[in-house]
Amino acid sequence: MSINRRQFLRLAGVSTVLGVGGASVLSALTGKGEAVSQTTPHFTTDPRAITGKRWGFAIDVRKLKTDEDYQKCISACHDIHNVPDFGNPKDAVKWIWKDTYEHTFPTVTEDEIMNKELKEKPFILFCNHCAQPACVRVCPTKATYKRKDGIVMQDMHRCIGCRFCMAACPFGARSFNYRDPRGKDANGRPFIRKENKEFPTRMIGVVEKCTLCYERLAVGLLPACAEASNGAIVFGDLEDPNSEVRKVIDANYTIRRKPELGTQPSLYYVIGGRE
Amino acid sequence: MKNAGKVVIGVVIGFVIFFGFPFYYNIGKANVAPKLKYDTPAILQYEKQYGKKECVESKAFMSAEHMQLLNQWRDAVVRSGDRIYVNSRGESFHMSLQNTCLNCHSNKKEFCDKCHNYLAVNPYCFSCHIVPKEKQS
Repeated sequence: MSINRRQFLRLAGVSTVLGVGGASVLSALTGKGEAVSQTTPHFTTDPRAITGKRWGFAIDVRKLKTDEDYQKCISACHDIHNVPDFGNPKDAVKWIWKDTYEHTFPTVTEDEIMNKELKEKPFILFCNHCAQPACVRVCPTKATYKRKDGIVMQDMHRCIGCRFCMAACPFGARSFNYRDPRGKDANGRPFIRKENKEFPTRMIGVVEKCTLCYERLAVGLLPACAEASNGAIVFGDLEDPNSEVRKVIDANYTIRRKPELGTQPSLYYVIGGRE
Repeated sequence: MKNAGKVVIGVVIGFVIFFGFPFYYNIGKANVAPKLKYDTPAILQYEKQYGKKECVESKAFMSAEHMQLLNQWRDAVVRSGDRIYVNSRGESFHMSLQNTCLNCHSNKKEFCDKCHNYLAVNPYCFSCHIVPKEKQS
């Protein structure tokens, strides 16, 4: 009993259709299959998220009058991000800190008759989120990388603690966890005074830095330091000519830290112009 | 030697009893798969409201694939900035180990640890992610 070519092709066609589409056709017909009611799992952005092309800051330290004003910005950041205080400047972990004019702008030519107030005022410093970040170029694991919105991000999951980025960063914006941030000092005081349960800590042996409050931007909040600064730290999109940060930069004389290195820092320090 | 056969048999029996002891002593004990607890306040509350206990995906998927899912969540949140997971039922979840997973499974010792210890795996999620206070009902 042999079959001819026509019968063979018909049989092959029918069995192919049944084999490939059979299961889904059957389940679609009976309405019992999962394929019908399922959506493909996927990821989306929170609709509340604030988006931009290149985040930046305009910082007017003249608006930070007292030491308390500085401290407010610093602890606003350090408290929510579980930044440990090791009580030892050698091991210090800092995301935002203050320093003297000379240390902030060491390459600006010395001028002995410059504005005394400015020269003696501490400056508030954090990661410059450079447009051409040196740290990103040297990271061997891509643990630090540039996001689409300009944030120089630190992926603590991927950091192997090689500290190349610390050597590369000209601004000292990166800190290494030489000790376990969850530990306690000799007096039994935990290094993280009060844990923010909504944010992770880090572990010993990873580098950390300011992440431009990416977790706050993602839910529509402004960076913590800008929020606590009472208008001294203005946050916005540098590539949007109508953003608040651009308006401050347009209306005032601003300087950046070590611009000659070509990393294009995104922090603009207001030193003169309209109040 | 007289009774050599019996001696050999005796030695063999003694050997089996002695060296086999760990095996038959532990029969039905060490190998019993851990029973995970799903009775935290948040889960019970969910059950009350929706009439069933369910995770972001099916239980079978979660027990087999949660590590891959968590890795995808991590990459989506940290590297792509996407924070919402839309599951196969079309429901949205905020992707966060600390704030979403552990909010329901607020019993790490009876949930995560039990299975991880049983399988002798040692994930280091919690050297950074903070475990909320254990809640058991």
